Formats: sequence, C-alpha cells, structure tokens
Amino acid sequence: MTARERVAGTVANYVDERTGAAKWMRKNLQKVFPDHWSFMLGEIALYSFVILLLSGTFLSFWFDPSMQHVKYEGSYQPLKDVEMSAAYASALHISFDVRGGLLMRQIHHWAALIFMAAIVVHLMRVFFTGAFRKPREFNWILGIALLTLGIVEGFLGYSLPDDLLSGTGVRIAHAIIQSIPVVGTYLSFFAFGGAFPGYVFIPRIYIVHVLLIPGIFLALITVHLMLVWYQKHTQYPGPGRTEKNVVGYPLMPVYMAKAGGFFFIVFGITAFLGAVASINPIWLYGPYTPGQISAGSQPDWYMGWLDGLVRMAPPLETYLFGYTVSWNILLPGLIIPGIIFTGMALYPFIESWMTGDKREHHILDRPRNVPNRTALGVMSLTFMIVALINGGNDLIATHFDLTINQIMWFSRIGIIVLPPLAFVITKRICLSLQRADREAVLHGKETGRLVMLPHGEYIEIHEELSPEKKFALTQHEQPKAIALVTEDNQGVLNPKGIRAKLQARFSAANAENIAKPTASEVKELESGKH
Amino acid sequence: MKFISKYRRHKFATPLLLLFALFGIGLTFSVASATEAPTAVDAAARSTLIAEGQQIFLKGCSSCHGLNGEGAAVGPSLIGVGAASVDFQVATGRMPMQDMSQQAMRKTPVYNDEEVAALAAYVASLAPGPRAYTNEEIKWERDGNTADGGELFRNNCAMCHNFAGQGGALTQGKYAPTVMGVEPKHIYEAMITGPQAMPVFSDKIITPQEKLSIIKWIKAAESEPNLGGAPLGRVGPVTEGLLIWTFGLGLLIAIAVWLTAKAR
Repeated sequence: MTARERVAGTVANYVDERTGAAKWMRKNLQKVFPDHWSFMLGEIALYSFVILLLSGTFLSFWFDPSMQHVKYEGSYQPLKDVEMSAAYASALHISFDVRGGLLMRQIHHWAALIFMAAIVVHLMRVFFTGAFRKPREFNWILGIALLTLGIVEGFLGYSLPDDLLSGTGVRIAHAIIQSIPVVGTYLSFFAFGGAFPGYVFIPRIYIVHVLLIPGIFLALITVHLMLVWYQKHTQYPGPGRTEKNVVGYPLMPVYMAKAGGFFFIVFGITAFLGAVASINPIWLYGPYTPGQISAGSQPDWYMGWLDGLVRMAPPLETYLFGYTVSWNILLPGLIIPGIIFTGMALYPFIESWMTGDKREHHILDRPRNVPNRTALGVMSLTFMIVALINGGNDLIATHFDLTINQIMWFSRIGIIVLPPLAFVITKRICLSLQRADREAVLHGKETGRLVMLPHGEYIEIHEELSPEKKFALTQHEQPKAIALVTEDNQGVLNPKGIRAKLQARFSAANAENIAKPTASEVKELESGKH
Repeated sequence: MKFISKYRRHKFATPLLLLFALFGIGLTFSVASATEAPTAVDAAARSTLIAEGQQIFLKGCSSCHGLNGEGAAVGPSLIGVGAASVDFQVATGRMPMQDMSQQAMRKTPVYNDEEVAALAAYVASLAPGPRAYTNEEIKWERDGNTADGGELFRNNCAMCHNFAGQGGALTQGKYAPTVMGVEPKHIYEAMITGPQAMPVFSDKIITPQEKLSIIKWIKAAESEPNLGGAPLGRVGPVTEGLLIWTFGLGLLIAIAVWLTAKAR
C-alpha cells in the first residue's frame, strides 16, 4: 500500500464512520446508464446552465440595473457624452473597461443560445422516441416548464443591457401585455410602474433574471434529474434489453469521465465562440430611446418564431363594448403560443388516451415504428420553422433579393398548408422505412455483389442480418386499433359517445403500420433458403 | 487744346464728361477685378459642358426620362432635381438602371467623372436644384462630431439602414442599401436629394453641420474594428442563431456521438 492510498483510505474511513456514506455511494456510483449520443443532449443544456451561472455571476459584479440617466464617460469614443441609462452605461463598462468583461458577456450570451438549442433538441429526442410515456409524464411536464422558463429568462437577459435592440424587444413585450383584453392596460401599468418605459422595469426584471428564475431553474432541474435517477434511464431496444433492466455502463468511472469531460468540452466551445464571434454588439446599437429603432430588429432565435408569428398576423381588430381587441397581437403573441405550450405539456396524456396504452414503457420507440407520433412532431416543427423563417423575413429579403411581402405571404399560406403536408409526407416515409426493415429482416441486406448463374441469370447476393439486428428490428409491438363500441350487448348506447368515436378514429390511424415479419415467416424463409 | 477751351461751356460738356468719367471708372473696375474675365470664359466652357451633357443624356437617359428630361411612363421628370441628384445617381452607378427592378442598385458606374459632370451640368441647366459637391467640400473630419452623428443616425437613418448602417429591407422588394464604403459627398447628396425610396433631409431637419456629424459616425462605424470578434454581418440575432444551430450545436452533437461511439 502506497502512502497515497493509505492517506486516502484513512480520510475515506473517517468520513464514512461519521456519515455512513460508503453504502449509499457504492450503490449509486455503480448505477448503470445506457450509452447513446442522443442521451447526452440534455447534458449539454445542464452544462450550459452551469456556464450561465458562472458567467452571470461575473457580470453581476459590475452591472448596474438602473434606469437613471447618465452621461457616458467610458472609453468607447463614438458614444462619448451620449445620454443613456446607468444599465446601458454599465454594460458598456463591462464590455470595454472590465478586464475580460466582453469575453464573459459573449460567453454568457452564447451559452444562453446553446442552452435553449440543447433544450429543444433534447425535447425532440424525448418526443420522437416516446420517452415521455408512463411513468415519465411528470418529468415531461417539468421539461416543458424548463423550456418555457428558459425562453422567459433568455428574453429578460436580452432586455437588461437597455440598448436599442433590448428596448425594442421590451416594447414588443409591452404591446403583447397591452393586447390582453380588458386588463391589458392595467397589467402593463403594473409591470412597468406606469407608462412605457418608466424607471422600474430594468431593476424589476434584473432581480427576476438573476434570482427568481435561476432559483426556480435550480429547483426544477434538481427534480428533473432526481426523477431520471429514480425512474432510471430509458434505453433503445436491443438484445438483452428489457422493460425491467438497464444495459449500459456504471456511473463510476465511465460516466464520471464521459460527463465530466463533456462539461469541459461544452465550456470550451462556448468560450471559443465568446472569443472569436461577436454577439450582441451593444455599443453599435446605442442606448434605447422609444423614438428609435433599427431595421432588422430581431429577438434571439428561441423567440424568433414568436416574432415571426406577430410579423405575419393580418391586421385584425375588433371593438367590443368600448374595448379594443387587437387580434393581430393577441392571437400570435399569446393565444397561439398558449395553445402550443399547453398542447405540448398535455401530449403524454393525449397520446395515452388516443392509443389506449396505459402501460409503463422503459424501452424507447424507433421513430419510424410510431408513424403518427413522428409525423405529428415533424408537423409541429414545420409550423415552428415557417414562423421562425418569417421572423427573419427582412434579412432574407435583402440577402436573397426577395420582397418582404412575398416572404410574408409565403409564411401566411405556408404556416397553414405546410404542416399538414409535412405530416402526410413523414408518415409515408415512416411506413416506407418499416417496409425496408421488413425486407431487410426477410431477405437480408443488399450487398451490391452480382453473381451470374451458369444459365446466364444474374442475381444479387443478399446477406442475412445478424440475429441481434433482426431482434432490434422486430422486437417492437405494433398497436392494434381500439374497436368502436357504439352499444353494448344489452343495446345500451356507449356513454362515451363522441369521445369513443374520436378515440376509435385516432387509434385506427395509429395502428396503420406495415406488418412486421412474424416468427413463422422468418423461419419459413430460413428453411427455404431463398 | 483750344478745342477743350472752346467747348468747355457747351451745354453737352458736363453730361459728356460725366459719361467719360463713368466709362473710365467702369473700365478701371473691370480691369481691377480680375475675376470678371474668367467668368466670361467659364460661361463659354459651361455651355459646352451643357451641350456635351445633353448629348450623353440623349443617348443614355432620354429613353426613360424623355428627350428634354421631362419624364415618361417609366422614368420620373428630372427638371429641378439638380446636379446633386445626378452626381449621386450616376456616379454610384445606380443610373442608368440595369433592369426595371424595384430599385436601382449600386454598381460600377457607366460614366466617368467628366461625363457625370457634363450630365449634371445639363440637368442643372433645366431648372435650379441642389448643386453637386466634391469630397473636399465635405469637411466631416473637421466639423463633424461622432457621438452626435450616432444619435442623429439612430434617430433618422437606423430604422431603414440598420443600427450599424448595413442596410435593410423595405416593402415590395425595395431596400435601404448599406451606407458602408460610400463616398462622403454621395452620403451628403443622398441626404439632400432623397434618392429612390429615401426621404429628403432638408437643411432645416438636419443642418449641414449635423449631416457632417452623421458622415463622421458612418466613417467611424466603417473603420471600427470588430471588437467582439467575427461581426457576423452586423445584422443582429439572426446570424447568431444560425451560427449556434450549425457550428455550435453541430459540433456539440458530433462530440456526443464521438463520446458514445463503441470501441471497435
């Protein structure tokens, strides 16, 4: 035993005798996690959150969340003596007069963009593989809450420096608050402490940005991860993997090394971006005054779809009982996002009702094997992408020599026509992939090797799949449609009525699959030596 | 000298003397003020310049703007637009137009400086209008103030030309071009003439002094190094989002794939 081992052993023993940690540690450090790249997407979000906390703390040392008027006296000459808020002046101070300040600001902003992008791809992975199914519905809802909070938190951070772009975003948020019928005006007075922009908004959103939402984030992320720990991680289908086990590597040492290393890689890439790529050059934007705006003012990408929806909304307004209802803001700014986020949060329950599947699932679906869900996901993404494209319509117009009006009309029509089209196309692609799987199981893989038989006929050699591969392609169960019961054998009408009809329709659509090869089909082929 | 003595009391003597005196003074004055003589020469050269300009106009411009610059279905009247307008539109290559698109774009000029001057002289001769400027006359470096110019730019220009002067989209395919790399006199002329979709910023709205400040801010933005790294076009969050979804997330996912790849 070396000296080092002796010391380590003494220390570990000392701690264990007082805390009894050894038993707990042994159990949990050996916890097994399955290995797949798509299981690391959520980790990217977690790590960028840590980076956000670290860089944000640094920024908070110098940032002054005040809307007091000051004259800029810092080292950036083009703004010398310009009147601005103390918040903007301190953001400039961080950028130009604090050592490493600009780098930290840029790391913070890039990390925020990575954070949101990682959340979205993680959500896509969970959705398309059906990882949200029982027993993980609550964790799915937590995820949606984190996504929503992330959007709000990002937007508040974007608003804090009080530059021209920030103020424009706040102005739009102000308009969206005002568009709420009846109470909108009061709510906006409440939030801004009077007329826009007022003096209280920046201090208020500062405390929400640095304390309230990060605190909620920490709590929700902790519960999110504890649930993963407790419910165990899902896994992709394969030989030896069942609903009752988890096949993978232990936390210690494999995932400690992989996850720990991955954290530094994420930090490294974020720091690299912060060092070489400019993000939100606030000194070029200038201070915010309500009379000014820049052409091509956009929010960060995670709000871009919302901006795109507002940009494409037709000018609708109604006057009811002396109140103006601005549908052009209310509809794209609140109603549609509300429907989208509520629908997302409730989706696990909706799907379980549509398919009638109330069982637990720990083995993930291959997206092609659930064509309806996959098609629905692609349909929603198409909606979002069309909205996002319209959010950048002015830049697309100038950079691709198009007219902004054409892009707006493309988006207005596209947002209605393209998502259903995407649904149909995706479903067809899924079914074709199922057909290809069936072919591969029954007839093997095409090798591209052509052989001429003695009588002159050409055949292509097909290579039989490995048993493992065959298992992975055929292990899934194919759903059966729920039969519609209009009346029971006593002649009593089904009390569920229209709901039963709807459920029967949905589950019938869900059951549309290419029949997977049965065991007897495979056996027949194997004996027949096609 | 009897002649003088004899007629000195003549009734025409005084008026005649007065006439001689006036003629003498006039002659002395015209000889003394040397600028008078070149004016006569310049006027002659100017009329040649106008004639040259007319020739160019008839060949290159009249098919759209009419034989006398009176305008036609496709081109507006040029009567009263002044030399400044011609200098801006033709010397930046916008006119003659390449095609009948929404807006004339900046391109390599078709005419050289002398031809532009001739055209400007011809159009200015149709009716008075704002005169053309030279870069030397626009003393932005001496008389402008960068910070004031920035405020003025954000107040008056950024809503179309973007916060960093990179340009932006307008309706129906029209656009505000970038103001980066534009000669000072052309920026000045654009402000006083309001070319294409741009409004006129008269000297009452933005004083000549303030115009120089705007030019100084534009020049400062043009030569400002990209303090935060790659500028990504200086167009705001759209390119930032594109970079994060392609390079940022692309690289991170590639590394995740590498980290979980099975050892072979």
